[in-house]
Amino acid sequence: MRQALFVLAFVVAAAVALVFLLLPIVAIFAHTSPGRLLDQLSNPVVKDAFLVSLKTSLLAQVLILVFGTPAAFLLASRRFPGHSLAVTLVELPLVLPPAVAGIGLLAAFGRFGLLGSSLRALGITLPFTQSAVTIAVAYVASPFYIRQAIAAFEATDPDLAAASRTLGAGPVRTFFRVVLPLARGGLIAGLALSFARGLGEFGATIMFAGSLQKVTQTLPLAIYAEFDRNFDATLAMSGALVLFSAVLLAGLHIGLTWQRSDSTTSPSLFGLTG
Amino acid sequence: MATLRLDDITVPLRAYRLELSLEAASTLALVGPSGAGKTTVLRTVAGLTRPRSGRIAVDDDVFFDGERNIDVPPERRRVGLVFQEYALFPHLTVRENVEYAGRHAADEYLERFRISHLEAARPGRLSGGERQRVALARALARDPQVLLLDEPLSALDAHTKTAVRAELHDLLAGLDIPVLLVTHDFDDAASLADRVSVIVDGTLRQTGTPSELVAAPADSFVASFTGANLLHGLAETGRNGSTRVRLDDGTVVATADPAHGQVALAVYPWDITLAATPPHDSALNVIHAPIRIIAELGNRVRVTVGPVSAEITAESLTRLGLAPGQAVYASFKATGTRVVAEHR
Repeated sequence: MRQALFVLAFVVAAAVALVFLLLPIVAIFAHTSPGRLLDQLSNPVVKDAFLVSLKTSLLAQVLILVFGTPAAFLLASRRFPGHSLAVTLVELPLVLPPAVAGIGLLAAFGRFGLLGSSLRALGITLPFTQSAVTIAVAYVASPFYIRQAIAAFEATDPDLAAASRTLGAGPVRTFFRVVLPLARGGLIAGLALSFARGLGEFGATIMFAGSLQKVTQTLPLAIYAEFDRNFDATLAMSGALVLFSAVLLAGLHIGLTWQRSDSTTSPSLFGLTG
Repeated sequence: MATLRLDDITVPLRAYRLELSLEAASTLALVGPSGAGKTTVLRTVAGLTRPRSGRIAVDDDVFFDGERNIDVPPERRRVGLVFQEYALFPHLTVRENVEYAGRHAADEYLERFRISHLEAARPGRLSGGERQRVALARALARDPQVLLLDEPLSALDAHTKTAVRAELHDLLAGLDIPVLLVTHDFDDAASLADRVSVIVDGTLRQTGTPSELVAAPADSFVASFTGANLLHGLAETGRNGSTRVRLDDGTVVATADPAHGQVALAVYPWDITLAATPPHDSALNVIHAPIRIIAELGNRVRVTVGPVSAEITAESLTRLGLAPGQAVYASFKATGTRVVAEHR
């Protein structure tokens, strides 16, 4: 009897948790008819926010990929003094409140910031431009990719890289033909996570880039701006973001399944140790 | 044939220091317990682990020279390394794995190792024996100056092992490059290599042909590794020049080797005879004790009596009608024992 109650309590708790997670999503689509939501896609505010989000997010992900992948590979394959400090540093944006990250970016790249005068000398102004949005998104989303990428590289069998070397392939060929294909699943999963985080970015962007329609107003910023003016537009944009997230979630799971098919551990740089 | 030479190689490892010189002209087996540094030796030859000092060369091709600061990267050493778990690329097909080493020779090696029909398969779908053939084909398609095999038989089950061992023996016999293989199994080493080096804790204990090691093991470790029974006791010179050794359990054993003090005696299982009744022959040593274990190994049977194991044929076992618990006489000649230095 007590056992049955115990099981029942668990089932009820699980059901409450799942409904709680799902309810807001259902509500977005249930609130208005799909037709009225689709009408909102021609609303210039929605259209502009959509384009700004797409452009800045894609650019930010390219930056994360180009700089994050080598960083993750080195952190996964090399042990050096300050290694754990570097790994912690990579994760810093994860725990930093986004608004604080925005202030930090202003203090670094702003007109009167640390690098402000050097940037001005080069004729570059960052704050409140679309580049600022990209930088804010890259800053906040990068740990999601890099953490996953480190794990993916660490999971590739060092013997395979070593085998590649003994078969006549140099470090570059080994990286592109063995290490990268083997880590591919984990990298895709990381990219999906980082993309999702970047699309939802709000705090750092509004601090560092502001919320100018057509320039820096991303979907989350537009949702906030339109909130008390045009609730249908807010719902339409929210719906679009939910669909994006669903696609990214699927990408994440496909990536993780790929990663699981081949693995083991221990650090090595292009198959070399010691 | 070319010669692979390692001169005064030192590699600091976690628990000890690997320190050795060796020379392989045909097939040399490096045998030793796990953790003895065997794989590290292969990795230094392949260029995957950098020694602290020493010199590695195949004839005049220097791979590594600590003094002259030469360290050729692995991709520019022509070395074929077959990893213990084969390290086949899981994302490439059998053909792509072999072509990775050299596109031109792939067909020839796929054919030679009878894996042409598997060329489109991924390694994950292959059996242990097939994986090994792919790994060998891939390593040889590199056209290496030296072939390195890491525990070539340990990833196989007992059933495939015998067949693969014979195949591997024929392959190695037909190669005209030096082969360095490592294994923890003396029987495997003896059946694949002409010369065997015993390595323990990073240093070589003894090098010789398999029969030389069995005939004159350098120390108690080599003796037990080559399959001998080890009897520990206190030696004292007896009458007419023979030596008596009082074993730890009180049994007194005669040996023809001169010895004094704490010693180890090596007796090979095939030098021990079993009898149900007290034997009347020239054997000086008779141990009368109940049978502890009877282990059948194909047509041979290993019977453990008191402190020793005897190896007899399955036919003799049946003829004597032996069973566990039964008291028997295990006898061996004093000349069949070897006094070896204690080594731990």
